[in-house]
Amino acid sequence: MKALMKNQKFTRFWNRFFTYAFLILLSVIILYPLLITASSAFRESNIVSFQLDFHSHWTLDNFRQLFTQTLYPEWYKNTLIIAVATMVLQVVIVTLAGYTYSRYRFKGRKYSLVFFLIIQMVPTMAALTAFYVLANILDALDTYWFLTLLYVGGGIPMNTWLMKGYFDTVPRDLDESARIDGAGHLRVFWQIVLPLVKPMLAVQALWAFMGPFGDYLLAKFLLRTPEHLTVAVGLQQFISNPTQQKVTLFAAGAILAALPICILFFFLQKNFVSGLTSGGTKG
Amino acid sequence: METEPNKLKDVRKAGFFSLIPGLGQFYNKQPFKGVLFLAIFILFAIQMIVAGIPAINDFITLGSVPRVDHSLFLLIKGSLQIILIAIFLAFYLLNIYDARRVAAIWNLKGTANTSTKAILKNAWDAGFPYLLTIPAYVAMTFVIIFPVLVTLFTAFTNYDFYHIPPFRLIDWVGIKNFLNIFSLSSYRATFTSVLSWTIIWTLCATTGQIVLGILTACVVNQPFIKGKKLFRIIFLLPWAVPAFITIMSFSNIFNDSIGAINAQVIPLLNHLLFTDIPAISWKTDPFWTKVALIMIQTWLGFPYIYVMVTGVLQSIPGDLYEAAIIDGANFWQKFRRITLPMILFATAPVLITQYTFNFNNFSIIYLFNNGGPGSVGAGAGSSDILISWIYKLTTGTSPQYAMAAAITLMISFIVIAVSMIAFKKTNAFGNEEMM
Repeated sequence: MKALMKNQKFTRFWNRFFTYAFLILLSVIILYPLLITASSAFRESNIVSFQLDFHSHWTLDNFRQLFTQTLYPEWYKNTLIIAVATMVLQVVIVTLAGYTYSRYRFKGRKYSLVFFLIIQMVPTMAALTAFYVLANILDALDTYWFLTLLYVGGGIPMNTWLMKGYFDTVPRDLDESARIDGAGHLRVFWQIVLPLVKPMLAVQALWAFMGPFGDYLLAKFLLRTPEHLTVAVGLQQFISNPTQQKVTLFAAGAILAALPICILFFFLQKNFVSGLTSGGTKG
Repeated sequence: METEPNKLKDVRKAGFFSLIPGLGQFYNKQPFKGVLFLAIFILFAIQMIVAGIPAINDFITLGSVPRVDHSLFLLIKGSLQIILIAIFLAFYLLNIYDARRVAAIWNLKGTANTSTKAILKNAWDAGFPYLLTIPAYVAMTFVIIFPVLVTLFTAFTNYDFYHIPPFRLIDWVGIKNFLNIFSLSSYRATFTSVLSWTIIWTLCATTGQIVLGILTACVVNQPFIKGKKLFRIIFLLPWAVPAFITIMSFSNIFNDSIGAINAQVIPLLNHLLFTDIPAISWKTDPFWTKVALIMIQTWLGFPYIYVMVTGVLQSIPGDLYEAAIIDGANFWQKFRRITLPMILFATAPVLITQYTFNFNNFSIIYLFNNGGPGSVGAGAGSSDILISWIYKLTTGTSPQYAMAAAITLMISFIVIAVSMIAFKKTNAFGNEEMM
């Protein structure tokens, strides 16, 4: 009996040891690249690679340079405009469509749901040439509205699917009893169901907002003038040119782009779990 | 007992009249609908005569005079016209269906809505779901369906750097591009090589992020862990930071000579473990570039799985485990028989979309090492996956648009077919009927 207990204690110790070892190791692997990038933003501009360095001289010069000598403020403003427009449009469209697929039974419902699922697998690349020609015809090359439309349209299928899943978790009895009490279509949607899916609305808004910040491909392909670029395309210029890399400028710009998104992300992350497990899975 | 059915309207007659949209509605005494449908029909007919028929004509020939006819624009306008015709056809069928249905209602009830107000009210009720989804469909038509249609058509033309409109015309060439992928030795070799790396990449990177995500979720979910909140924040960071930033940083960190891995991490490991690992050529050796790419994608993608699996773990009822412990199950048996099946059952559809995502994961390949190092022919670098190869084919110095379109179609077809089979197998639509 004593031996058994000792044995149990022994396994418990090793279980905890390996658990914490795993967690700490994983944390280091995650934090190391992020920290060396972030810390480079405060180092002098003569460095060429991100490394951990405790003896370096700290400075805010990179940020000063970023705002006075580069187009970074312009890029930031552009990205914000595109991101906010994408967010508003996409949330409205996806919420309406998701609600419909969750609450109404109509002809073609099931087929169009499968269609949504299929269409989101077609790579954006499939449309690149067409986008380019379309932009030419509409004289929309180098404009924000065209890019915004592409982001919105591209995000619809997957997010409608997720949104529908979340609406499904709101009991139908609620709207049915409201119906019996005489509430119309819009009222049931606006006053009964919508308030209950606020967590998922927040998640959808965040993802739609993050999209333009993270996208490189479409922005690179459709935006031309240096003043019209987004943060992703602009920052890439600092690091892509091998002869005159400005990695400290890149790091400074990266921090400013990542920080607000990270804050929003952690502010809303509690909602992710419910959003993902109900929307992304069956049930 | 009624022997003669109360035949006020002839259903077939109503349908027949509706061959000209609106007339059937007039026959059903619904003048409002009749005027509306007839107006739509006339508008379409005018559009067809003025612009539609020439557009379709040009679409078939793709122009005949270089510098005057711009083949590409003709192709695009033709595609738009085809979408318009498809929409009209849908309306046309709906119109006949409506006339027959209303006639049947006349016979059944002896009356039908004839006042404009009642019709509008009825349309609001029955059409509400369609009304709410219209914005989604309009956006998808322009951003997804139309471009995919253009790509589909482009794949059957000879659009490349020899045939750049308006100086040259583009022509239809049938399935020549598809044949070329398999018959031209240069393309075949590149295609096979790129495709096999794409498959290895998709399997390894996605499985890597799924395994790490599930492992982390299970480890963090243990009740005794202190500082859960902190670990959770750290583990979500790769998801929270925009991917292009981390990929570009990794591109610098993995630099052969000055990057942090070779200059800092490996020396430190050698120092701690008394090993003697030499610097690794991450960016110049195809093998190590691929290893680095898989590691980075695992790093980038696992938080998503981790968050989702954590949600599933918290919803598994505790008495399942208690019963298992009473039956004498050990840790591994509990995981293998309860935890893992529950996770896979609940998350299968999302896991499948993770595979398709990585199959098309352009930015990591392009931003990390630009598809390099070296070349495997036909413009593709050694770490290029199909999607980044297509990008290079369309944006390179000698663009091969038609070839790129043909390859795009093929990979889209593969991805959709494989995922549909996977979705069916995991029964992702299973619950749809009962909802």
